[in-house]
Amino acid sequence: MTATETTDRAQIPVTVLTGYLGAGKTTLLNRILTENHGQRYAVIVNEFGEVGIDNDLLVESDEEIFEMNNGCICCTVRGDLIRTVQNLMKRRGAFDAIVVETTGVADPAPVAQTFFMDDDVRKAAKLDAVVTVVDARHVLQRLEDTAEAEDQIAFADVVLLNKTDLVGVEELTAVEARIRSINPYAVLHRTERCAIDLKAVLDRGAFDLDRILSLDPHFLEHGHHAHECSPDCDHDHHGHGHHHSHDGHAHDAPHSVKSISLTAGELDPQMFFPWINQVTQVQGPNILRLKGILAFKDDPQRYVIQGVHMIVEGDHQRDWKTGEERVSRLVFIGRDLNWDVLKQSFAACAAG
Amino acid sequence: MDGFIVRAGFLKGVPFFVSGSGPVRFIGAEPKVLTPHDGGVLAAEITKDGNSLITSGDDGKIMQSDLDGNMVRLAERPRKWIDVLACGPSGAVAFASGRAAWVRLADGTEKEFQHERAVGGLAFAPKGLRLAVARYDGATLWWVNTSGKPVELGWKGAHLDIAFSPEGKYLVTTMQENALHGWRLADSQDMRMTGYPAKVKSWSWSVKGRHLATAGASAAIVWPFTGKTGPMGQTPLQLGVRGDSLVTCVACHPKEEVVAIGYADGMIMMVRFQDNAEVLLKRPGAGPISTLAWDTAGMRIAFGSEEAEAGVIDLQG
Repeated sequence: MTATETTDRAQIPVTVLTGYLGAGKTTLLNRILTENHGQRYAVIVNEFGEVGIDNDLLVESDEEIFEMNNGCICCTVRGDLIRTVQNLMKRRGAFDAIVVETTGVADPAPVAQTFFMDDDVRKAAKLDAVVTVVDARHVLQRLEDTAEAEDQIAFADVVLLNKTDLVGVEELTAVEARIRSINPYAVLHRTERCAIDLKAVLDRGAFDLDRILSLDPHFLEHGHHAHECSPDCDHDHHGHGHHHSHDGHAHDAPHSVKSISLTAGELDPQMFFPWINQVTQVQGPNILRLKGILAFKDDPQRYVIQGVHMIVEGDHQRDWKTGEERVSRLVFIGRDLNWDVLKQSFAACAAG
Repeated sequence: MDGFIVRAGFLKGVPFFVSGSGPVRFIGAEPKVLTPHDGGVLAAEITKDGNSLITSGDDGKIMQSDLDGNMVRLAERPRKWIDVLACGPSGAVAFASGRAAWVRLADGTEKEFQHERAVGGLAFAPKGLRLAVARYDGATLWWVNTSGKPVELGWKGAHLDIAFSPEGKYLVTTMQENALHGWRLADSQDMRMTGYPAKVKSWSWSVKGRHLATAGASAAIVWPFTGKTGPMGQTPLQLGVRGDSLVTCVACHPKEEVVAIGYADGMIMMVRFQDNAEVLLKRPGAGPISTLAWDTAGMRIAFGSEEAEAGVIDLQG
């Protein structure tokens, strides 16, 4: 695309709501729509549930998965979403943000990829956060039964662990540990009936990326976590203790989702970009999400990168502040990734 | 004007402008503003007889409006967003939502056509009451009034907009990929037209259907459709080449081999096929040009942009 092509109107932020049927997505959606925050939302739903949603701009959209013709099975987008976003742009003045509610069994990848892969959608809108609502009572069973439940948690920027009033403290602790083992980078909130300050869900943007940087890397070693909240953890603790036990759940199973955080100082862009392209080309199907904030040698600006499967997108974010440590950190969430190789090859991208 | 201009054109010589936010404006001696929909307008098409304007909106309604201010509801699909419309012979109107397409005949009867995947676009054949549907992995051709098996044309990928060549020999689609696909209907021979840096979202047949002008590149890409093989093996014309802005909209002159070209920065040029002679019609402005149309005499151009800029360019003026 050319530099003069747009008049650079701000991209509309998009919040994606995922979660199994009955987890509480519609409850959260209704909270978003009824709370007095001065924002007007366009809402895209896959099916009108039995619970009514009252909103001026409500679009019912039949999920249509488009495989891109480049032969890559994981490069799928939601055709209906592309179309709906384009139609919404014809009413640009009528809303400030978009919420997409997916079906309970949806693979979140095509939804997220739509916001990276389609030029028109990218120009108009940007993915703000994937919010996954989890039913505290049923999630462990769901995780046993389906890959989608795990994917939805792995994709999340924010997890609402909902219906916490319906389980005991011990079970809740086990559930939280299991979620953390899949995705330690998501901000986790415990809720009842999705009661939450919406600032924790909406307009997250850069905050969640910055949060990655501030996470303690030792906290994430090899998917074996101490299950302690990092200093930055911003969920409500309701006074519960931090003595989560390792309950030996399925997260040590061979194909379960794990995550890794890689850190380095300044990177050599000549080394890094070929490396990340190679990694995502070869291991793309197993990479659910990747995010990072990078410091390139002789570059005054922070470089922010994120990706889904084979798609990687990066951009300069802002100047490094005086006194801010120029650290590069990259996070992968995925299945069957060779962590040791990733670690070594990333280290080789360090500026000499 | 307000909002995204979905469609501009001329109805019996009177300029009209359809805003995505809702209003339909007829700028005649006494300007009129109609609001046929309870909400936004997603698509607008002129009827084949040239007497009225069909619009569809996010209220699920298909409306017919005319210069006298009459508004008639032709059909309604509650809660659906109808963003695909086509006008056919004898007052037929086709529209689609999701996987279904419908044809409403002039007497009010409706026929439904179901597809396995989402409908991308609709077009009526130039002769006979035949509907072409662009869909995922190809196109489907239905005879509206006979219940036979449809003709299926296959090509992998998502097909969006669809058009017959004016004499009916070719069927062409735009795709989710940056490409056009076409079929020679006599033998279902495939044609691929690729090389675009962006999606093709506007096209226009030149006088007598000799060329198809398309947007989606830094020039208007104009494919020859003359001879037995159409564009196959031919190099397209590249008209109005610019280094700094993409073509977003094209409209061929009704009588001459000339195309009006709208760009992403709001500029409009007029370019002659024969010698690439360019005439600047409008300087860059607010937003990409989203709609362009000539009047039947080929003397005026109505235009609109994604950012509410709209107007009429009079070549005699």
